Amino acid sequence: MTGRAMRDPQARYRVQRWTALSYTSTAGAVALITALIFVPAVLGTTITQQLTSLLILVILAVMWNALAGYGGLISVGQQAYIGLGAYGAIYLNQQGVPPYLAMVLAALAAGVIALPVSLLVLRLRGGQFAIGTWVVAEVFALLVVLDQSLGGGTGISLTTLDVYSPSDRQAYTYWLTLGCTVLLLAAVFFLLRSRLGASLRAIRDDEDAAASVGVPVMRAKRVLFVLAACGCGAAGALTLANTLFIETQSVFGVQWSAYMIFIVLVGGLGTFEGPILGAIAFYLIQNQFADYGAWYLVGQGATAIAFALFLPRGLWGTVEGRFHLSLLPVGYRLRPAAAEFPPIQGQVKDPAGARHG
Amino acid sequence: MSLLAVESLDARHGLLQAVREVSLSLQEGETVALVGANGAGKTTLLRTIAGAHRPAAGRLIFDGTDITAIPAHRRVRLGIALVPEGRRLFPGLTVEENLLTAGGRGRPGLWTVNRVLEAFPLLAPLRQQRAATLSGGQQQAAAIGRALMSNPRLLLLDEVSLGLAPIVVDSVYASLRLLIENGATILLVEQDLARAMGVAARILCMLEGRIVLEGAARELTRERITAAYFGLSRAADPASS
Amino acid sequence: MDWVNAVVQGVMLGGLYALLACGLSLTFGVMRIINLAHGDIAILGAYLVWTVVDHTAMSPFLAALLALPVMLVLGYALQILLLERSLRAGPLVPLLTTFGLAIVIQNLLLQVFSPDVQSLGGNAGVITTASWQITDQLSIPGLGVLILAVAIVTLGVLQLFLSRTRLGREMRATAQDPDMAGLVGINARDVYARATAIAVATAGLAGLFLAIRSTFDPSSGPTQLIFAFEAVVIGGFGSLWGTLVGGIVLGVAQAIGEQINPQYSILAGHLVILVVLATGRGSLLVARGARA
Repeated sequence: MTGRAMRDPQARYRVQRWTALSYTSTAGAVALITALIFVPAVLGTTITQQLTSLLILVILAVMWNALAGYGGLISVGQQAYIGLGAYGAIYLNQQGVPPYLAMVLAALAAGVIALPVSLLVLRLRGGQFAIGTWVVAEVFALLVVLDQSLGGGTGISLTTLDVYSPSDRQAYTYWLTLGCTVLLLAAVFFLLRSRLGASLRAIRDDEDAAASVGVPVMRAKRVLFVLAACGCGAAGALTLANTLFIETQSVFGVQWSAYMIFIVLVGGLGTFEGPILGAIAFYLIQNQFADYGAWYLVGQGATAIAFALFLPRGLWGTVEGRFHLSLLPVGYRLRPAAAEFPPIQGQVKDPAGARHG
Repeated sequence: MSLLAVESLDARHGLLQAVREVSLSLQEGETVALVGANGAGKTTLLRTIAGAHRPAAGRLIFDGTDITAIPAHRRVRLGIALVPEGRRLFPGLTVEENLLTAGGRGRPGLWTVNRVLEAFPLLAPLRQQRAATLSGGQQQAAAIGRALMSNPRLLLLDEVSLGLAPIVVDSVYASLRLLIENGATILLVEQDLARAMGVAARILCMLEGRIVLEGAARELTRERITAAYFGLSRAADPASS
Repeated sequence: MDWVNAVVQGVMLGGLYALLACGLSLTFGVMRIINLAHGDIAILGAYLVWTVVDHTAMSPFLAALLALPVMLVLGYALQILLLERSLRAGPLVPLLTTFGLAIVIQNLLLQVFSPDVQSLGGNAGVITTASWQITDQLSIPGLGVLILAVAIVTLGVLQLFLSRTRLGREMRATAQDPDMAGLVGINARDVYARATAIAVATAGLAGLFLAIRSTFDPSSGPTQLIFAFEAVVIGGFGSLWGTLVGGIVLGVAQAIGEQINPQYSILAGHLVILVVLATGRGSLLVARGARA
């Protein structure tokens, strides 16, 4: 008998979190991120700006997916925090905080503001929660419009960024965006692997049952809500730096929610990799079809509907389900303990035939 | 020809196989009792016959017609009515309104609101009262009355004695006897073996989704049924299941 | 006395909100769906009437008589083609699909009509400007009274439909227990389609009056949805007359807000909602079943 079996003679299975594929993918992801750092130096300002926009979309998608895919909270009001992040950065900057620091602080402030909001909206479920978040977004937008120092309804820009040359500014913005993206992805990743992540899965499966066995439902949802607010706040602040000029209509607009829903539905709701792939797909489609104006948006809405009805797991979710792939180790598998069984190639399905993760 | 024929029915309840290859038939005018422990599949079987549950395999033939694919609301028109477990009256509707919901869509026949109130006199003063405020026994009477409003040829009753005081159950079974005397075809699920044997001509016992015992009430003893109920006969005599 | 005037205006506005909201309340009461495209459907109705008026120069009220049957059919189709499938796919799916529908409707309207702001106020005749002068400072607008009257009549007719007719009874039964409704012979699918048809038609009616009372454009939908939702929140989900109360409270809150500062009017409405939610009625909304 091996040492492990002696410690726990009942152990017939062990929990495995990393597979060969996930080791490879994680290494690949690290390599990719490292490579991305050099983009401004190697690929020029235009590409840097495009990548910045793409990464902002990734942040938004990952945040919305965290809320809806892991928490079952369908929010159509995340634009509240996007706007808060952008206008918060303006406000802090006006108080003398250097622009990039102002953006980081604004993102954190968005999270702080989300805390009391969560006390209000998390009581609601389903459609009521959805519209509740939308109302909150409208309130924030209206409050900002009332403040003349923030440009009223006509828009404002972060003029202090002018001290940097355009290419420098774009590079700094890009690096900050890349940093935020990696940070938020890491946050979601570790959240999923943690105890809270298991709680979230339980909540997603059956909220009342989870509550009855002691899962801290409200706390789990609140963590997600605040995290999503921070992330969306960061996205808003970074959008400000990326496009320089914002106005309430666009930064507090509900079209952000439309984008997020589209990206996550197409990419794969509830998967880790889905939102990233969805954001890339969305960005490419956007560049191709934006000239078609309203027809493009009609197509976008229709596609979201089609995916919701016919391909609910999204592109990645369907692939993942079909091939039992998971690039990153957010799930786990049961494997027989080595002492009693010979090594088995590939993965072992649990008796119910479902894959955990 | 039998009124109802169930052929090799399979039904799932979530991931669980609740009904396994069940076959049975009912003649017009028969009263058959379905007994078995909790979780044996009786409710799922009844709901599948009524159309509230889709079978995974097998066929249902009602009066010569294959009704397997026909949805529940159309089966009511054909003459199948279910009194479900837990009564399930529409809570916000009055007793009269509850009766009328079934009356509009069933078969033409003799049952009307007034006749139901005559058959269940305890309901008469409760006519305009909201169903949610009724006691268990009153609800049970109303639920049976509601099923009758569609003038069914086959009446399915699921655990009508559940949660009711014995004296109330007495009156419920008295009305059932009246229905039987008037020629109704009834398939009832009943936990109380004495009641089941008292009212039914035939007894079917289910265990883990299968019918493990079938016979005339006169010929079966309590001991045999109990043994089948708990699966004791399986270990002793595999040939009997 | 300006305040009295403001309150009166608010009550009149409440009639419009109630009309907007009753469809939302019905859809939620019967099917537990919150139709995020409801506001845009109202605007679609407004554009339908506007198109007829534009081509025929008839009164908007007559045009509405033509548009209403179209809305009924559209509502029936909406249920059969979209909402039914969404319901089957999962409890949160209708939110996603109706949101997608809202985007589709808004942008189709944008494509077919221009983004220009429109109004039917000029075509509605004398009712738009008529008013009763009660005192020096207090005048009651004829249009407001008309809208409030239409709202009350519509709610009354709906309530009668639900409580006195067979179809209404079946709708209430299906709302309370769709599974059991099937078991007593009610075709839940038809019930849902009727409910959606009614909801869409009332939304169209609200759109008509919105168009007469003020202006509209393809992007007006979401604002109307929020007002409708707020009216239902205040009045309580599942109660039709509550929708009237909710609409009036919302209208009055907005009117009073406007008295304080024109920029505050909509914000005032939102704040009332947040207060309602904060004071714990929010949990009532979740627990309350459909009494419709």
